[in-house]
Amino acid sequence: MEYFIQQLINGLTLGSIYGLVAIGYTMVYGIIGMINFAHGDIFMLGGFAALIVFLILTSFFAGIPVALLLLVMLIVGMLMTGLWNWTIERVAYRPLRGSFRLAPLITAIGMSITLSNFIQVTQGPRNKPIPQLVTDVYHIGAITISLKQLIIVAVTSALLFAFWYIVNKTPLGRAQRATEQDRKMAALLGVDVDRTISVTFVMGAALAAVAGSMYLMYYGVSNFNDGFIPGVKAFTAAVLGGIGSLPGAVLGGLMIGLIESLWSAYFTIAYKDVATFVILAFVLIFKPTGILGRPEVEKV
Amino acid sequence: MAAPSENTSSGLMVKAVREGIFAGVIALGMFILYVGIETYQDIDNRLVWRTRWGLLAIFVAVAAIGRFLMVGVIKPHLDRRKLAKAKSGILEISEEKSFFHRHFLKIALIALLLYPMASVWLFGTQGSLKYVDNFGIQILIYVMLAWGLNIVVGLAGLLDLGYVAFYAVGAYSYALLSAHLGLSFWVLLPLAGILAALWGVILGFPVLRLRGDYLAIVTLAFGEIIRLVLINWTDVTRGTFGISGIKKASVFGIWSFDVGSPNYFPKAFGLATSSAYYKIFLFYVILALCLLTAYVTIRLRRMPIGRAWEALREDEIACRSLGINTVTTKLTAFATGAMFGGFAGSFFATRQGFVSPESFVFLESAVILAIVVLGGMGSLTGIAIAAVVMVGGTELLREMAFLKLVFGPDFTPELYRMLLFGLAMVIVMLFKPRGFVGTREPTAFLKERKVVSGSFTKEGHG
Repeated sequence: MEYFIQQLINGLTLGSIYGLVAIGYTMVYGIIGMINFAHGDIFMLGGFAALIVFLILTSFFAGIPVALLLLVMLIVGMLMTGLWNWTIERVAYRPLRGSFRLAPLITAIGMSITLSNFIQVTQGPRNKPIPQLVTDVYHIGAITISLKQLIIVAVTSALLFAFWYIVNKTPLGRAQRATEQDRKMAALLGVDVDRTISVTFVMGAALAAVAGSMYLMYYGVSNFNDGFIPGVKAFTAAVLGGIGSLPGAVLGGLMIGLIESLWSAYFTIAYKDVATFVILAFVLIFKPTGILGRPEVEKV
Repeated sequence: MAAPSENTSSGLMVKAVREGIFAGVIALGMFILYVGIETYQDIDNRLVWRTRWGLLAIFVAVAAIGRFLMVGVIKPHLDRRKLAKAKSGILEISEEKSFFHRHFLKIALIALLLYPMASVWLFGTQGSLKYVDNFGIQILIYVMLAWGLNIVVGLAGLLDLGYVAFYAVGAYSYALLSAHLGLSFWVLLPLAGILAALWGVILGFPVLRLRGDYLAIVTLAFGEIIRLVLINWTDVTRGTFGISGIKKASVFGIWSFDVGSPNYFPKAFGLATSSAYYKIFLFYVILALCLLTAYVTIRLRRMPIGRAWEALREDEIACRSLGINTVTTKLTAFATGAMFGGFAGSFFATRQGFVSPESFVFLESAVILAIVVLGGMGSLTGIAIAAVVMVGGTELLREMAFLKLVFGPDFTPELYRMLLFGLAMVIVMLFKPRGFVGTREPTAFLKERKVVSGSFTKEGHG
C-alpha cells in the first residue's frame, strides 16, 4: 500500500509537469487548429534558460537563497520562451495562416528540428548536470515526499489557478475564447485576432518554461534532445483530456504521469513509453474527443 | 511625381531602419542566454560558463541587417516587379517549351544511368565511392521513400507521420531472415515488401476512422512503438546494439561481392579488388527500385484504385456517397506505401550491413514527409527535386572542408546539417507553400491533357 501511494505521489509530480506542457498544446490547437510540434522544444529551451540562469547566479552570488534562485530561474525562463514562441509564431506560422493545412505542420516540424539542433550547436550535445537544488525530504510512515515534489505540485497549482483566472475572467481570456470559437466573427466584433493568437503562444510558452525549469530541478539534468519525448507525452495528455479543453489538459497530464509511474513500478520500466503511446492510440481510436473534449461534427 | 516618390522612399528607409532595430533587439533577447553564454564541463566535471559576446553580436547584426534589407530593399523590389507584371497585362504563356524542358525525364534518366561511370572516370575507382555512395545512393533511398510515402500522403491524402516504421520493418525483416534462414537479398526483397505491406494493413486498420491531425499523431505513435519495441525486445533485435554483419546482395546469385568468394565480382571481370564496384551495383539496384516505384505510381493513378485514392483525397464524404469502399481504398494506400518503404528498408539493411533502432527515429519520418510536401505533394518530379536539394544539400555540408579556413579549425560543418535542414524546411514552406513544383497533371481530362496549378488539388482530410 505504501509502495502504491509512493508511486502515486511520484506520478502526480511528473503528471503536473506534463499537464503544464499540455496546456500549451491544447490552447494553440484550440485557437488555430494546429499541432505546434515545436512546443516540446520550447519546453527544452525553458529548461536550458533556467540552467544558464542558475549557473550565472550561483557563480556571482554564492549564498543566494534557493527560493529566490528558483523564482529568478522561473521568470527568466518564462520571458525567454515567451519571446521565442512569439517570434516563431510571427515568422513561421502567421504568414501561413489560411494557406493549406500541411504547410504550418511542416514549418512546425522544421522549427522543432531547428530549435533542438540550435541548442546542440550552441550548448553542446552532452548532458548538462546541475547539483541538487532542493534536497529536503519528509517521511510520513514509510512514504517519502521530497520538498521538490511539493514545490512542483504547488507551483503547478498556483499557475493553473492564475491561468484559469486569465482565461475565464479577464477581457483577454474572453478574446481568446471568442477567437477559438469563431475567428472571423471575433474579428468582426473588434477582437484583435492576431494579437490574441500571439498572446496565446506566449502564455503557452511561459507555462512550458515553468515545466522545463521544474523538470530540470526534478531530474537535475538538461539535454538538447529532451524536448521530443516529453513533448509527445504532453501532447498525448492534451489529447487524452480532450484537445482544446484546459482542465482536460491538466487531467490528461496527471493521468499520463500516473500511468507512467505505476507502469514502471508494477510492470517493466523498459516499456513505459510504449504504454503511453498505446494509450494515445487507443484514446484516439475509440474516443477521439478525449475525456472532456467536445465532439467534432463532420460537415459536408 | 518625383517629390512624393522621394517621400515614400525616405519613409520606407525610416521604416526599414526601425524594423531592423526592432529585429536586432528581439534577436538580442532571444540569443543572449543561448548564444551569449556557453556552458561546458570543466576538468572536475562541474558545469561552468563563459561569455561569447562576439558571436552574440554577429547573431544580432545578422538579424538586424537581414530584416532591414528585407523591408527596405527586397520587399519593395518584389512588389514593384509584381506591379509591373500586372500593368503589362501580358501573361507569359509560352507554348513552345525549351528542348531541356520537353525531354527533362529522358535527360535525367540518362544522366542517372551514366552517373556512376562518370564519377569513376572523373575521380578514379576509390574516389568515386564518395559520390556514388554518399550522394547517389543516399539521395535515391530518400527519393524512393518519399515516392512511397507520396502514395499515402500525396495521392490518398492520408497524413502519415510514422512512415519510418515500415522502413524499419523492411530493414529488420531482411537483417533477421537473412541471418536465421540464410536467404538471399533477391528472395528477401519481395518478402520484406510483403511483410511491410502487412504491417501497413495492421496499423492502417485501427486508424480507418481517424482524420487529419489525429491520424498524424496515431501514426507517429505507431512509429515510435515499433522503434521502442526494436530497442527493448533484445532477444530478437539485440536492442540498441543493432544487428551487424548483414549479408551483401549478390548479382542475382551469379557473382558475389564477398572478397573470399570464388566468384567475386571484380575477379570475374579481371578488375582490381575494390568496394566501389559493390556501391556501383547498389546504385543501379536502388535506381531500379525507384523507377519501379515511379512506374507503379504512374500506372496506379490511371487504374480505378488510384482514381479512388485521389477521389478520397478530394472529398471523403462524396467518395462514400458514390459507393467507393473507403476501407479498402485506405488500406490499399497504406499497404502500397508501406510495401515501398519495406523495399527501401531491406535495401538500406544490405547497403549498411548494419541496422539499429537509431536509424528509425521520428526525425526520419519528418524528413521524408518534409521532402514529399516540399516537392509538391503528388508530383513525382517535384519530390525527386526536393530530395536532391534537401538530402544532397545536407550531404554537401560534409564536404565543405574549406569552411574551416573561414571559421577556424574547430568548425565542423556536419554539426549544422540538421539545423540548416530544419531552417530550410521553414523557409521553403514560407515561400512555396505548394512545394517546388506547383503544377499537377490530372489523369482524367476532357479533351486534351493540361497541367493545372497545385492549388486545385486538395490535401485531404485524413
